[in-house]
Amino acid sequence: MKLTEISSDVSEWFDGSGPLADIVISSRIRLARNLAGYKFLSRCSVAEKAEILEKLKDVLMSLELGDKVSYISVDKARTLDRHFLVERHLISHHHAFGKGPRGVVIAQREFFTAMINEEDHLRLQVLKGGLQLSQCAANINKIDDMIEQKLEYAFSPRFGYLTACPTNLGTGIRVSVMLHLPALKMTGQIEKFFNAARAMNLAVRGLFGEGTEATGDFYQLSNQTALGVSEPEVVSRFEGAVIPEIVEYEKAARDQLLSKEADVLDDKISRAMALLKNAHLISSQEALLLLSHLRLGVNMREHMGASTPAIEGLQALGEAGGSRRLSIATINRLFMLTLPAHLQLNYGKALDPTHRDALRAQIIRSALNQGS
Amino acid sequence: MRCQICKDKEATIHLTEITDGVRAEMHICEHCATEQGLAVKSHIPLNELLGGLLASAPESEDFFGLSDKETSCEYCGFTLEQFRKEAVLGCPHDYEVFEKSLLPLIAKAHDGRTTHCGKVPSRAPKDAKRQAELLNLRQQLDAAVKAEDYESAAKLRDRINKLE
Repeated sequence: MKLTEISSDVSEWFDGSGPLADIVISSRIRLARNLAGYKFLSRCSVAEKAEILEKLKDVLMSLELGDKVSYISVDKARTLDRHFLVERHLISHHHAFGKGPRGVVIAQREFFTAMINEEDHLRLQVLKGGLQLSQCAANINKIDDMIEQKLEYAFSPRFGYLTACPTNLGTGIRVSVMLHLPALKMTGQIEKFFNAARAMNLAVRGLFGEGTEATGDFYQLSNQTALGVSEPEVVSRFEGAVIPEIVEYEKAARDQLLSKEADVLDDKISRAMALLKNAHLISSQEALLLLSHLRLGVNMREHMGASTPAIEGLQALGEAGGSRRLSIATINRLFMLTLPAHLQLNYGKALDPTHRDALRAQIIRSALNQGS
Repeated sequence: MRCQICKDKEATIHLTEITDGVRAEMHICEHCATEQGLAVKSHIPLNELLGGLLASAPESEDFFGLSDKETSCEYCGFTLEQFRKEAVLGCPHDYEVFEKSLLPLIAKAHDGRTTHCGKVPSRAPKDAKRQAELLNLRQQLDAAVKAEDYESAAKLRDRINKLE
């Protein structure tokens, strides 16, 4: 697979469809696995890593996933391509800039990836749009079963699947849900979310996982414990209790904005639109933040029937050049395609930050401005 | 749950205070927390907390049980000192070798739980002895290759293939 085959479009999980997609961006489940009879990676020689890589790659490439499957050798990939894979949520930052022979197997539609030789020998990931954790769980379980037919995992009856780091021990599962919570932020109630997460012993991260601050009001919520709780329990707790509660908080905050703070809401939306329509240099951080406000406006129009002056004024340049209502699809495209590696890959070469900021501003202006 | 102070708003802040061994819990709302002068941090980097847990726990006395301090894994040569630095283990066998020292940390990381519950590989896991034997042979193979002893390496490779 050439990365440029996918870089000009958004990932399927970010196409704006899926249950509760106005608040829940995506659902992701990953499983950590190691091969029996091999050391963990920190103690493996380069030759051993290469052997593990070949073994896993052969098995993964032969799986029947109902989609075209490609392999990318991460250690040999260009720096720009690695950044792109991280932006796309196909590999972790750790994997992109780790050491030694390593790779990733990717399904063309991007719902499945398998990182080989990340922190563990194998990290399987299934990713879907909206709140679809049960579907992710069923999917990844089936893939895991298929792999298990051909390989033996390191497993102990006492501790479960044995992982390099004891924090992943047990089921090796990590359930992550990415949420868009602009109204909680705008109404100064984001603490509610952090406190709820803390009370439930869940980890909060930013848009790009571990170690990144939340940008553009996107927050990723994940379980932290994997031992002593079965996979269905973790999934149903998230899907049945944790996420609905946070979705309710955000919905209440959106209602509050509309009924009591319409001026605050309209001010944020109008300012975001004005900047995005006129800026000639815009950083990735700023774009994420401003697009987040537009996304809130459009979702409030489509899911709550909201009709404030600013929301009514949300227009974008249509296909034929005429103006039409700004859609979530357009905003999601702008979110993803203006990320630094996406910009450069689609432009065809590496750009310094100022040129990136100019190109980003230009892409956004031409999508939002009527007839210009 | 209602705030214990104003008895009106939803309690979103949960405090546990331990004074002279007596545990007291308090559930209050953000408003009352601010009134009480309790600072609420805007961003809780839980992953950092977890990282901190890993980094700090091994230093405690109970983690560094004397019995394990000198121990190294016979298959991967791993020691607890290395675990303290890297926060990852050397091989699956380490969970057996360092079980006593690792248990408190495992319990801390997993809400007090130390026993697996959930999926079991459908292909019944072969005995631990054979997994350990494979680790052992691969360790010898690695050493043989490094020493450029290709004759031994070939023999070891045959034995590995037979066991797999």
